[in-house]
Amino acid sequence: MLSPVTDADGAPFWRYAAQGELRVQTCADCAEPRFPPRPCCPHCQSFTSEWRRLSGRGRIWSYVVPHPPLLPDYAAQAPYNVIVVELTDAPRIRLIGNLVPEANAPLGAFPPDRIRIGARVQAVFDDAGLPRWILERP
Amino acid sequence: MTGGPGVKDATAIVGIGQTPFAKRLPEDERTLACRAVLAALDDAGIAPGEVDALASYTMEETDEVELAKAVGLGDLTFFSKVGFGGGGSCATVAHLAAAIAAGQATVGVAWRSRKRGSGPRPWTNTTAQLPTPAQWTRPFGLLRPADEIAMLARRYMHEYGATRDHLFNVALACRNRANQNPAAIMYDRPLTREMYMTSRWISEPLCLYDNCLETDGALACVIVSAERARDCRRRPVYVHSAAQGLPAQHHGMVNYWNDDPLTGPSWTAARHLWKHADFTPADVDVAQIYDAFTPLVPLSLEGYGFCGRGEGGAFTEGGALEIGGRLPVNTGGGGLSEAYVHGFNLINEGVKQLRGIATAQVPGAATCLVTAGEGVPTSALLLRS
Repeated sequence: MLSPVTDADGAPFWRYAAQGELRVQTCADCAEPRFPPRPCCPHCQSFTSEWRRLSGRGRIWSYVVPHPPLLPDYAAQAPYNVIVVELTDAPRIRLIGNLVPEANAPLGAFPPDRIRIGARVQAVFDDAGLPRWILERP
Repeated sequence: MTGGPGVKDATAIVGIGQTPFAKRLPEDERTLACRAVLAALDDAGIAPGEVDALASYTMEETDEVELAKAVGLGDLTFFSKVGFGGGGSCATVAHLAAAIAAGQATVGVAWRSRKRGSGPRPWTNTTAQLPTPAQWTRPFGLLRPADEIAMLARRYMHEYGATRDHLFNVALACRNRANQNPAAIMYDRPLTREMYMTSRWISEPLCLYDNCLETDGALACVIVSAERARDCRRRPVYVHSAAQGLPAQHHGMVNYWNDDPLTGPSWTAARHLWKHADFTPADVDVAQIYDAFTPLVPLSLEGYGFCGRGEGGAFTEGGALEIGGRLPVNTGGGGLSEAYVHGFNLINEGVKQLRGIATAQVPGAATCLVTAGEGVPTSALLLRS
C-alpha cells in the first residue's frame, strides 16, 4: 500500500491523524480553513496558521469504484470504493478516503452498491493512523 | 489584423505533420519527433534552417537542443514548454503565435512525441517518490487519472442527471469519425451501444470506452505571421484567438477542494478566448475537444459556452456531436479513437477541417475550436480559415 509522502505543510495533518484526531489547517488571523495545507492564507495572506479540530462528520460528495489494472496491493482488494467527503464543520473542504464497515476493514469491505451520495459519514482511524469513514447510521 | 494589438489573426498554421499512430512503433520518441517536425515543415514548404522558435509540453522528452540539432533548425530566438500534461497542447501554438506577433521569432514549430502505447504509464511508477499532493489521494487508492476524473463524473451525473448514454454519445461520435479516418487506430472497428454498456469497468462510473487510447506517435505544426503565410504552400489557417486557463484556487485533476469543482479550467480559458474573438460559440462550425475521458466533453461544452451549466450531457443527444449535428466534434476520432498523443492530433485535425481536407469533412467549415485537457490548467485555440 502507498503511505502518505508528507511535506512540511501537510505533516501536522498526519501527526494528528495518528492520534485519532481530524484537524484542518486554519488561518490564525482570519479563521478561514484551507485544504490542502500550504504556507500562506489565500484570503488574507497571513503566514500564521493553526490546526482546528473537527467533529469528523461529513457527507459523501462523490465516489468511484476502481477496477484493475491497479498497483498490486490495490488490485488485490479491488473492486473497492474511494469516496470524497464534504466536511460538516468546514463545507467545501472535501477529503478523499474509503467507506469501510469498521476502521481496520480492507478497502473493498463495503458493498459498492450501498454507497449513496449525500450519506452521512463519520471519520475513524485505522491502526496505521489513516483516516477512514464509516456510515453515521449503518 | 483587426482590433488592438494581440494575436488575433496575426499568425497562421501553415504546415502539419504526423507519424503513423499505433499501439507500438519501433522508433524512439526522438526519432518520431524528428519525423513529425520534418513532415510539418515539408507540408508548409519551409526549410528547417528557417525555424527560429519551438514550443512543446514540459512532459516532452525530446528537448529543444536535441531536436534542433537533429533536423537542422536555424538559430532559435524563442523556445517554450508548457506544463500540466494535456492541458498544454493548445498553449504550445498560443505561445508561438504570441512570440511571432510580438516579433520575437518568425517561424515556429510546436510538437509532441509520445510512446504511451508501448511505454510506461506514469501512475504505475512506485519506485519514484510520489509528489506530495498525492498524499491526499493515492494512499486511499485513487491512483489513476481515470479514477480522478470518474470522481468528478459521478458528481456531475448526480447533480445534473447526466447518464452513461450521454457518455456513450461522446465515445460513439469519436468512434464514428475514426471509422472514416484511415490513420486512426480505430479505423476499422465500429462501436455499438451494447459493446459500450457491457464493457469492463475501469473506474465506475467509467468503463473501457470512456478512456482514451494508449498510443505511440508524434505530431507537429508550423506557425508563421499572417503576412508570411500568404506565400506558403497551403491555405493558411489563422490563429484567431488563444487562451490559457488556471482558475483561482484550482487543484489539478483532483479539483475537489475548489468552491465549485464542476466548473473547471475550461471556463477560465473560455472567458479570455471569446473576449478576443469576432464570433461566438454559435458560429463554431466544428470543435476538437480534448477527450482523454468522455466526461471531459460535456464539461467542456459547458465551459466553452455551447450550452448552459449542467446541460452538457443533454447536449450530446440526437446526434448533436456527429457530422451534420449541432456541433461535430473530434472529427479525426479524437483521443478516444484516433490516437492519444496528449491532444496534439486535435490541433492538426482542426487545421485539416479548415483546409477542407479532413477525412470526415464538415462542409464549408470556416471556424474551429480546439481545446486542451479540461481538469488541469488548460488552453484553447479558435482557428479560422
